[in-house]
Formats: sequence, C-alpha cells, structure tokens
Amino acid sequence: MSMTITEKILAKSAGLKEVKPGQLIDAKIDVVMCHDVTTPAAISMLTEKGIDKVFDAEKIIVTPDHFQPAKDIASAELHKRLDTWVKRHKIKNYYKIGKAGVCHALLPEQGHIRPGDCIIGGDSHTCTYGAFAAFSTGIGSTDLAAAIATGKLWFKVPPSIKFVLNGKLTKGVFSKDVILAVIGRIGVDGALYKAMEFVGPALADMSMEARMTMTNMAIEAGAKNGIIGFDKITQKYLDEHLKDKKPYTVFESDKDAKYESVYEFDCSKMEPMVAMPHLPSNAVPIGDCAGKAMDQAYIGSCTNGRIEDLRIAAKVLKNKQVAIRTIVVPVTPAVWKQAKDEGLFDIFYDAGCVISAPTCGACLGGFMGILAAGEKCVSTTNRNFVGRMGHPKSEVYLASPATAAASAIEGKLTDPRKYI
Amino acid sequence: MAKAYVYKRDHINTDEIIPARYLNTDNEQELAKHCMEDLDKDFVKKVKPGDIIVAGEDFGCGSSREHAVWAIRGAKVQTVIAKSFARIFYRNAINCGFYIIESADASEKIADGDQIEIDYKKGVIKNVTGKKEIKFNPLPDFAVEIINNGGLLEHIKKAGA
Repeated sequence: MSMTITEKILAKSAGLKEVKPGQLIDAKIDVVMCHDVTTPAAISMLTEKGIDKVFDAEKIIVTPDHFQPAKDIASAELHKRLDTWVKRHKIKNYYKIGKAGVCHALLPEQGHIRPGDCIIGGDSHTCTYGAFAAFSTGIGSTDLAAAIATGKLWFKVPPSIKFVLNGKLTKGVFSKDVILAVIGRIGVDGALYKAMEFVGPALADMSMEARMTMTNMAIEAGAKNGIIGFDKITQKYLDEHLKDKKPYTVFESDKDAKYESVYEFDCSKMEPMVAMPHLPSNAVPIGDCAGKAMDQAYIGSCTNGRIEDLRIAAKVLKNKQVAIRTIVVPVTPAVWKQAKDEGLFDIFYDAGCVISAPTCGACLGGFMGILAAGEKCVSTTNRNFVGRMGHPKSEVYLASPATAAASAIEGKLTDPRKYI
Repeated sequence: MAKAYVYKRDHINTDEIIPARYLNTDNEQELAKHCMEDLDKDFVKKVKPGDIIVAGEDFGCGSSREHAVWAIRGAKVQTVIAKSFARIFYRNAINCGFYIIESADASEKIADGDQIEIDYKKGVIKNVTGKKEIKFNPLPDFAVEIINNGGLLEHIKKAGA
C-alpha cells in the first residue's frame, strides 16, 4: 500500500507494516521534549500516581525556556521542581541556564532531532522538528507524563494535506511570508487533526532554519504535524549538528500516496505578509496594511529567532535608528554568541534595540516586552491571539524578521524590500 | 440542571481560556480564578458548579497547555460543547478524564442562559428552556475507557505501567 512520509514514520513507530488515516496506534517515542511550563505538572502527576519513573534517561531532553531566567517566585518554583526531577532521574540532556534556549531551536541545534524519529513535546510548537523528515507533535502534561514513564503514546493516524511550493522566493520575501500565506488560505483550522506536508522547488532555496519557521506554524492551522522530506540541505545540517553519528532512516512519501487535498502556491508571486490581529490566518500582503502605527517590534521566538533571522534583521537595521521599542531575543546561547561574534549586536545596539537573553519571553506574554492596553506590536512570533503578548486590548501583528525590522525603523508597518 | 454559557465564536483559544500570565502555576484552583478571563472577565463570577460552556468551531486552539482544561474543570464546569475542538485540547480533556462534546448544532440550538441536561450514554443534550433535544455522537470507546479509568495515567497504570 502506498503511504505518505507521516504514515510511514507512524507505521514504523507502531511496529506495523502499514497504517491508514484514522487508525489508532500505540507509537514508540524516540525523543521527549520537556520545558518549564508543562513538565512540572507532568512530574507531579507521576509522583502522585506512584509511577515516578522515566522510560529512558537519554531520550528525554529538558530545558527551561518560557519563564527563563525565572521571572518571578512562582516560575522559580517551577524551575526548581524541574531541576529536582532531572537530578533524581539522572536525565542526561539537561540544558539549564547558560545552556538553556528556546526548546524548538535548541533541540535541532544540539543534535537531538533525527529523520524518521517519532518526537513529542509538551508544547504545541513541537511540530517544528518535522522540518527534519521526522514525525513530531505537541501534547499536554498528561500525555507528557505517560510518554515520560512508558516511552509510548496513542495516536490517531492523521490524513495528509500536500502543499506544493512552486517558484522561487523573491528578494524580501521569506519562509515566514509563505507560511502566513498558507494559513491565510486554509484558515486556523484548515488542517485540523491533519498532517501538513510541504514539497516543491521553492524548498531548495530554504535553509533548515527557514524550513523550521514553516513547520513551526503548522499548529497555527490546527495541524497535528508539519513535515518536509529529506534532501541535501537536511543532510548538511545534520552532518554539522548530530553528535551521535549512528545511522538514521530516511522515509519519503510514495509517488501515489493519498492526500486529502493538495494546495499549490507560486512563491515567486508572493509578497511580504502580515497577520493582523487576532488570528494567524488574518494574513494580508504588506501593501494592504503598510502605514499602520506600531509601538513595539519583537524579533525572536522559536519561529524566527535563529541566527539567519537575526542576520536578516541586522541587514535591515544597519546604520539606521529604530523609531519604536525594539526587542531582539536570540533564541539559544549559541545563536546569542554567534550574533555577538558576527557583530550583529553592534548593529542592534547602534540602531537602539535592546538585546535579551534567550527566552520565550514576551512571545507568549510571559515577560521581557509585555504590551499595555491599546499598544501594537509587530512580531516575528507565531500567535496573535487576544492578550497573547500582554493586555487583552493590545494587538500583535505577525511578520518576518525583515518586515519587523523595517517597521521598527519607520514606527509603522513597512515593506522591507526598500531596505534590502 | 445546568446553565449554558454560549460563546458563538469559533477559535476560542487557550490564551483566552487561561492567559499565559497565569501559567506560572499548575494549581487548578488558582487557574480556575482566571478561567475564560480574556474572553469574558466576569465568567468566574457567574458560573456555578455543573454549568456548561457552549462554543463554535476549533475550541481550545493554540497552546498545548493542559492548564486550559484544568482552569475549566477547576471552575467546576461540567463540560464544554463545541462544533469542533482543537487537537491538543481534545486529547488533553480525554487524558484528564474530562468529557467534552462535539455537536454541530448545539451552539445554534442553545441560547445563552438556557437550562440544559445531558445524557452522556445516549448522546442527547436536552435544552429544557428551549424545549429541544440535540443528539451528539458520544466519544469513541477508547476515549470513554480512558475517562472511566479516571484519565490516561490511571489507564496506563491499569495496563501495567
């Protein structure tokens, strides 16, 4: 039977020859990602139920990131619970402060993501890792507890939707613009319970960083997972990042695999996009919203806080001054150091930006750049729900790092192409 | 009998159900104090034990935070009836042993403040005020089994975890 890449990985993980959409399976989990918001609750549940164990101390990757460094006493307590548990179970891969970074950037960077793996994490943006030809999905604390204790989890095999990205992106248009255009077309539940598989020639010009921006936002269309097949670009990234050189399995969709639907996009005609409040699907071309006054620009997050994103922002901001509060959040310590070494911090400093330690920070309204009532923020993050970055009457406009940086200079939504 | 709080909107998300500024705790009673705060700041003042939330498509979209289910359960809400649920919220509810109901027409046939009775086994919502019966498909057997076992962890414990 022909299968998609998602179906093949799930079949392998369930120890089955084949699986079909709708089928319930028990899958073996290869990697469990844990952070400071959802994991402490999972730990408490396991302790209360008397099953305080971990299925494999090497396959659980832990980093505090949401409220890190601790923003208040309550979050310090969460970190303490996480820390105590990690030590009790001698969990090997623990990235604490100094090494801690935003989980979805940190795990690939530190070589924990391998093609063909079945990965879960206590965070909705765990779908990011699908950029590496892996099955990866976000779950809540109870699922996380079950996976930590047993290394297994139930799944319903999702039907797949194919997104064919034709053409070539033009100057000033990035993978963030592509994914906003995709979500704009299908809606925030356009892929509800489904797999979003990205294919097509436009991927050939996208780095792994750029691809992760797209799979990261699969959840914003309601998807279970986002996935991109393996190619030379994947291989190069893995060669540079995997510490464990044991072979991995590359799965690819069969030519006659079944898709619930297929969408085609011409990337060469795409423009910089902005998702207007309060849904990621409210995406419009910059031409339709340019000129709207902003109070803050935020460049960071698991969507767009990687080195490539900071380079793009720096290119726009070089020898310019920002007109509004601009917060730059390098996503991991390694990205932070690289940005510093490349001189990007000087550019940000000279332009009048503030540079933060790696954290999820204000992306989810945690800290480090919270909005007051009525304020508007152009942000490279992934969600613009009501109250997402602060006051329920504040507004978030999602865009690429280039658009956010250009808008920071002018203090209003701005087409980045004139600065690139 | 339970009172229905009807929010006709689609895509009521986890940031509205429990804003991230309260995620520095996983204490259900603390979370319950802020249930639905950014959607309806008076919700927790109005809601009585056993009451029901009724909504449109894609309820609970956004974050994986199970805190959203805990906040609702902590506010002693009996169940949420929606046209559809976001994937992670749906899983989280089942895993917590919290029965939720998918119904295509409940948000049309129930008005805010209506008195409601639910027969979970038969899959019938009785709108006592509106004198209407709304059928729904009960959750799949495996989900009911998890709920009856008291949630996923009790369920896997029984299976010998």
